[in-house]
Amino acid sequence: MTLDRMKRGQRCRILSIPSELVRAQALRFGIAEGEVVTCCEVIPAGPVVISKNRQEIAIGRGLARQIEVEGSF
Amino acid sequence: MAHCHCPGLKIEIPAGARRIVLAGNPNTGKSVFFNHFTGMYVDVSNYPGTTLDISYGRYGSDVVIDTPGVYGISSFNDEERIARDIILSADLVLNVVSAAHLERDLFLTQQIIDTGVPVIVALNMMDDAKRLGIEVDVDRLSQLLGVPVIPTVAVKKEGFDRLKAELFTARPGHTIPGLEEELNQLLNRVGSRGEALLVLEGDPVIAARHGCKPGTRREEIYRRRRERVNEICQQVVREISRGAGLGTILGRWMIKPLTGIPILFVALWAMYKTIGVFIAGTVVGITEETIMQGIYEPAVRKFVEQFIPHSSVPGTILIGEFGLLTMTVTYLLGLLMPLVVGFYFFLSLFEDSGYLPRIATLVDRLLTSIGLNGRGVIPIILGFGCVTMATITTRLLSSDRERKIAIFLLGLTIPCSAQLGVIAGMLATLGPQYLALYALVIFSVLVMAGTLLSTLLPGKSADLFIDLPPLRLPRLDNVLKKTGTKSYHFLKEAAPLFVLGALIISVFQITGILEFLQNLLAPLTVGWLNLPPEASTAFIMGIVRRDFGAAGLTALALNALQTIVALITITLFVPCIASILVIFKERTRKEAVLIWGSSWVAAFLIGGLVAQLARLFNPAGDHIQVIPVILSFVVLTLVIVGMCLFIRRAKPTTNVPE
Ligand SMILES: Nc1nc2c(ncn2[C@@H]2O[C@H](COP(=O)(O)OP(=O)(O)OP(=O)(O)O)[C@@H](O)[C@H]2O)c(=O)[nH]1
Ligand SMILES: [Mg+2]
Repeated sequence: MTLDRMKRGQRCRILSIPSELVRAQALRFGIAEGEVVTCCEVIPAGPVVISKNRQEIAIGRGLARQIEVEGSF
Repeated sequence: MAHCHCPGLKIEIPAGARRIVLAGNPNTGKSVFFNHFTGMYVDVSNYPGTTLDISYGRYGSDVVIDTPGVYGISSFNDEERIARDIILSADLVLNVVSAAHLERDLFLTQQIIDTGVPVIVALNMMDDAKRLGIEVDVDRLSQLLGVPVIPTVAVKKEGFDRLKAELFTARPGHTIPGLEEELNQLLNRVGSRGEALLVLEGDPVIAARHGCKPGTRREEIYRRRRERVNEICQQVVREISRGAGLGTILGRWMIKPLTGIPILFVALWAMYKTIGVFIAGTVVGITEETIMQGIYEPAVRKFVEQFIPHSSVPGTILIGEFGLLTMTVTYLLGLLMPLVVGFYFFLSLFEDSGYLPRIATLVDRLLTSIGLNGRGVIPIILGFGCVTMATITTRLLSSDRERKIAIFLLGLTIPCSAQLGVIAGMLATLGPQYLALYALVIFSVLVMAGTLLSTLLPGKSADLFIDLPPLRLPRLDNVLKKTGTKSYHFLKEAAPLFVLGALIISVFQITGILEFLQNLLAPLTVGWLNLPPEASTAFIMGIVRRDFGAAGLTALALNALQTIVALITITLFVPCIASILVIFKERTRKEAVLIWGSSWVAAFLIGGLVAQLARLFNPAGDHIQVIPVILSFVVLTLVIVGMCLFIRRAKPTTNVPE
């Protein structure tokens, strides 16, 4: 499954992030492949907001479509 | 005196002084610390090739340097490159972290420790952490990092005495294991442990500086660092309560369309009331008319006329219609400056409160369809203030492709505040259906142009990927300070261009080129736009200043239809001479010429289309059948967007975010 399919409130494990730069940036924010995150908001046709602890990140739809996740926890 | 080692950045460092560098994530309070340490005597140095100011000042016999907030040091963007260079040249790093965001902030802390520099950590925002029910074991944190950690509340100066007392106990901390061998090998070639680390992490700039190949281990090192930080957090952070505060709830509302759009409208309405009504009306009335045109200009004219006759060539250039000492100064200080300050005030307010990234999230969907992402909203909002200022701000967009699109759309479709004032006045006399027509036509051109550009330009724009910081009540002093620096910077950067622009136009006027252009344009104005021939003068004046063009129209006797056609044309018409000079400077000459040229075409094409459509639907009258014209534009937009979607589907896409 990909991240853009998640629903609000669902938890999922991140399996893979496509680009190396995004992976590096995500690691800095505290979100790594293998980590469990909560999907806290899905803007219709827009970005997906995920959170881990208090860190919230908005991810554009196009990118979310390429992030492989495994739900639901 | 010695210079800072940072390439390009000129900072005077007295002999024997230590370089104390403030570093941390965005919005953790670095600048509050900086102001406290340095007091009044602060210098600002501009980093070459960026709009970023680096403040530095004396602290005792040492020098304190502030840096832009970053999440890590590498070469991902301008801020990082600068922070990286300054941190690498530090004798001591005062790392400011937010106690409420340790998991995120400690990544940078660990990275700085890994460079081997002596570090002291200020664990700031202890009040925020407390409010959120977060407890941090400070002693344990200090033990694990291997550097001193001082809890602080910067805005209340809590912990500052201790921080000052212990500042020089800063020491190199515990680095992540397993890198020593490789670092030592590199050290021989590179000369400093910090630079060796960055080479190992694949930083292309640092590697190139030393003529070695960038390493390929960034991901592995980042991953290990992240694991280490998570481990530390697990041991030192305890969350007592997890309730969603008001800030959290409001933050959610801001990004959901159903609630976010009304909130955005309220914010924009407040902005309109403040800038559009109060500043543009009352304040500019005083600064432009009373002070500049009433007192300053006559005084300057009188003074210059003592030496040079008013009608001579140098007289025209200095104090004529577009005089360097008259119009240019009045325009910059009397009209533009108050508006620019107003816009930067709101931008700083949105930035400081954490609202800006939420607006970006809310509008991301809309902007991706025109080839931008949510962050593109910043230059677009600023464009309504001053297109020149907005064009400079496009530097914060992540890719060149986005900058191209944003600059083009700004130049073509966004009316700046000076022009908007005149346009609003003229539309007000016509009635709401005309206002709707005007807004819809301009909006549909924005959508069409954006979609076309995003389809035709190669590549794909970066996707949104941003941190949503917690909402916070902005602090007025901080907001005012940001507004001040930004406005000053704009003035410094744009003033020479406005001067150059005025000079060019005066030359055009003296040599008769202006008149020649007016005559050239007249047939098009009459035959295609159905406007009186004098309207061409207004358009040509629009080359100088957008509001000149619009103001030129008020003097003509136009019926409702002609007014709307003229307003649409003048809005889409070329950006003012200062904007186009900024584009020349920021981009390539080819791009500037292309933008300028296509604005001519687009303005007359669309203006004429409205005129011709109106005539088609109502051949006799001087009024316009608003609904069918609007419908035609909606259909046209849909057709263009549909076509673009079709082309895009056929073209293979690759995704290159940030
Ligand atoms: N509640 C609280 N707010 C603080 C504290 N320290 C700073 N702030 C506020 O946090 C905001 C950001 O402070 P700045 O000093 O501009 O942060 P900065 O790290 O310089 O930010 P950038 O330069 O943008 O990276 C301001 O509104 C400060 O007033 C603190 O200890 N507690
Ligand atoms: Mg700062």
